[in-house]
Amino acid sequence: MTAAPTRGEGGGSGPDDLVALAERVAGWSRPGEDVEVYVARGTETEVRAYSGEVESLSSATSAGIGIRVVVDHRLGFAWAGSLDEAVLGETLDEARDNASFATPDDHVDLAVPDGVPAAAVDLWDEALAGVPTEDKVALALALEAQARGADPRIRQVDAADYGDGAVEMALVSTTGIRAASRRTSAYLSVGVIAGDGEASQTGGGFSVGRGVGDLDSDRATEDAVSRAVRLLGARKGPSGRTTVVFDRRMATTLLSVVSAALSGEAVEKGRSFFAGRIGEQVGTAGLTLVDDPTDLRAYGASAYDAEGLACRRNVLVDSGVLRGFLYDTVSASRAGTSSTGSAVRGGFAGTPGPGCRALTLAPGPEGYDEDGVLAAVGEGLFVQSMTGVHSGVNPVSGDFSVGAEGLLVRDGRLAEPVREITVASTLQRMLQALVAVGADVEWLPGIAAGQTVAVGDMQVSGT
Amino acid sequence: MIEPPVLERVLSEALRGGGEFAEVFCEDRSTSSAVLDDGRVEELSSGRERGAGIRVVAGETTGFAHTADLSEQGLLRAAAAASAVARSGGGGTRTVDTGPLGPATGRPGPEESPPLRGSKADALDLLVRADDAARATGDAVTQVQAGYGASRRRILVANSDGLLAGDEQTRTRLSVSCVAVGDAGLQTGYETAARTMGFELFAEVSPEELAGLAARRALAKLSARPAPSGELPVVLAGGSGGILFHEACGHGLEADHIAKDASVYAGRVGEQVASPLVTLVDDGTVGSEWGTAAVDDEGRPAQRNVLIEDGVLTDYLWDWLRARKEGRVPSGNGRRQTYQHLPMVRMTNTFLLPGPDDADEIIAQTPHGVYVARLGGGQVNTTTGDFVFGTTEAYLIEGGRLTEPLRDANLIGNGPEILRRIDAVASDFAMTPGTCGKDGQSVPVGCGQATLRLTGVTIGGTAE
Repeated sequence: MTAAPTRGEGGGSGPDDLVALAERVAGWSRPGEDVEVYVARGTETEVRAYSGEVESLSSATSAGIGIRVVVDHRLGFAWAGSLDEAVLGETLDEARDNASFATPDDHVDLAVPDGVPAAAVDLWDEALAGVPTEDKVALALALEAQARGADPRIRQVDAADYGDGAVEMALVSTTGIRAASRRTSAYLSVGVIAGDGEASQTGGGFSVGRGVGDLDSDRATEDAVSRAVRLLGARKGPSGRTTVVFDRRMATTLLSVVSAALSGEAVEKGRSFFAGRIGEQVGTAGLTLVDDPTDLRAYGASAYDAEGLACRRNVLVDSGVLRGFLYDTVSASRAGTSSTGSAVRGGFAGTPGPGCRALTLAPGPEGYDEDGVLAAVGEGLFVQSMTGVHSGVNPVSGDFSVGAEGLLVRDGRLAEPVREITVASTLQRMLQALVAVGADVEWLPGIAAGQTVAVGDMQVSGT
Repeated sequence: MIEPPVLERVLSEALRGGGEFAEVFCEDRSTSSAVLDDGRVEELSSGRERGAGIRVVAGETTGFAHTADLSEQGLLRAAAAASAVARSGGGGTRTVDTGPLGPATGRPGPEESPPLRGSKADALDLLVRADDAARATGDAVTQVQAGYGASRRRILVANSDGLLAGDEQTRTRLSVSCVAVGDAGLQTGYETAARTMGFELFAEVSPEELAGLAARRALAKLSARPAPSGELPVVLAGGSGGILFHEACGHGLEADHIAKDASVYAGRVGEQVASPLVTLVDDGTVGSEWGTAAVDDEGRPAQRNVLIEDGVLTDYLWDWLRARKEGRVPSGNGRRQTYQHLPMVRMTNTFLLPGPDDADEIIAQTPHGVYVARLGGGQVNTTTGDFVFGTTEAYLIEGGRLTEPLRDANLIGNGPEILRRIDAVASDFAMTPGTCGKDGQSVPVGCGQATLRLTGVTIGGTAE
């Protein structure tokens, strides 16, 4: 295999000094040892407004390094929250020492370049660095004031935040990997409490982008306020079997949960209900699932995966038929296939593993939005928030049970609000009962897109 | 970590441009972990992080900056940055004198404690023993993941009120997660042991027992039927997770939610908010529990706080910022994930005091209901009081006896309503460790409770 270096990306120069640093550390490898060096550096600002004043303002820079060493198919890892010269050598030594304790495994190796070119993915907003702190403070204060004044029933704005960040990273290995990337992000986020006599209800809204110019405070405010206000008067809903419409934000959560079962590592280790089912009909014909981090609109868009291979489009489910899983280098080797460029990691302190970055459902018929899906469903439950997803959804067994708030659906429209109910099924049955997929795709923060979906035959527990 | 004269100069710099309060929080953290998965030691990992977070409070505004540079110059730069952000927040400016720091409190560690190493070989031995024990539990156990983690965190806090305090916190954890395969698909079982102590944890905790519990949990669920749907009496086993009180009222008693009127418990001190059987305590001083520390992350000694006494709400949980506004003393509940985070009001070890009843009797006197042997996580909306908590091992109670195992489900309730529905509390008290997430920060906490009964809770199963 050729060791063609992958490098740079569209939209400006990469962090050359980080690449040089990573190359230098990788150069300290000893004979018989492969070394992968991941270095990252970032800045962030967060402003929280409350009651017309700035409650807190944080400003920080951070940097760190994560090193993987492979000797005789044994892997060791170490990280440090610093790029100081003395720390670099210590971290490499520690990773090396850790490798000596691992069980040798023929499948354990670092990624090697696979010839797939990286897409031109520009995630850097040049203007962000020049935005003065006063402007960021003003955005948070304006958001708080806007939310407070948006509706007479809003009695509290408990959090109104502006935040941004810029991260640069470089990844270099002795197996020929050389990748660099950088991204900026900015967000507005607001949480409101609506009151109506004794009862209170909460709602949250946000707007995200690569820079300040992408942010839309009207949208964040409107979303938060309408979510809180329309729940006023909510009571515990009735029990029974019904069709559940998940709003776009909830659909993002659903897809993220399903994505855990599409990880090649989970499949190889017998922790996925999809294991051994390639080629089978796992969902309705309307279920087509694609992970495509090269789609610039995706929040998780990326040129490179966490092992420095090019990110690419992977079709996982096609018209209900399971077609493939997401692999990093090790899980691919275990499965007898090649990496799909799907390694992800949680910063310099984490190790790579396969995962989605930009999962999306093929959209339904054009113009099919929330109203359209509600009209098609007729009677059911519309869910706008879920709780206990971490405690009540098991991606191994597929059991699904979550707390929910929302509105009843009657005659194809939203009716009375309900709260303190649960919605339950199994993920396997839900995929087979997907009765509607909206065309209203919205790229929300996270690893999956949002679009209105409806799932039939779910058990609702309430009164 | 840092000499007092340096800290004094840094605090002076932080207040040079105005402000009423400044604080330096220094942290040096080492972590070590190992994972055995699929029969192989897959990953040993070590990490080291140190730095300082500096906050300046000016009027209603808190300015915060952090740095990984612990030299005096690095700290002075961060102090200047925190001071500048406090001012640009528009808070009032008022210069105050900072006096000398007082004597150190808490239990500062030795000046240079060795990095956390322990014996990697000993840790791996635990994982292998756990893997063997889990697989020996039954042929249907097809997958085992065992994880070991240890961390040592040295902290030093100094503030412009003259406080100087430190602590050295060593935490050790072992967890086992199993997958079992049966006719009805895959099932999972999980168990963990975690304490604020070093490797001596394993003089008390047997990896074999832990693994056996996790494996039996997965095996039991292979024949499980779907959990019921609707409202039923629920008996929670002693030490089944304690997450009930953490979610049903713990978060709602944090003073930051109270100050913003974002809690159903705001303005209710002195009122009966729970069954008279409920006395709820948050206590950061209990033995070596997961949420225990000598001082909190603002340098206040950990203490025992009674929150609900015989069902009557007695107090909230306080950090420095919220206590200052109310003109009272903080309760030792100011915590932060790392030096890169601002402190906020958090629980430590939160538990219900044991009661007079007998655990077996409580089950025997429940004709029909659900018995929860182990809980998973939970979540609450403090404003409405609605909360959920998940089961990971549960059984049907029929005729006062445990019968069939049930598949995992979430239970949902409203805090003040559920707390009134406790009609029996036994004496078989036990604590469990957990990780509590709030506003993007995770901290270790303990939860505790004896066997108790709720007269009715909505169970989110799929059975009609």
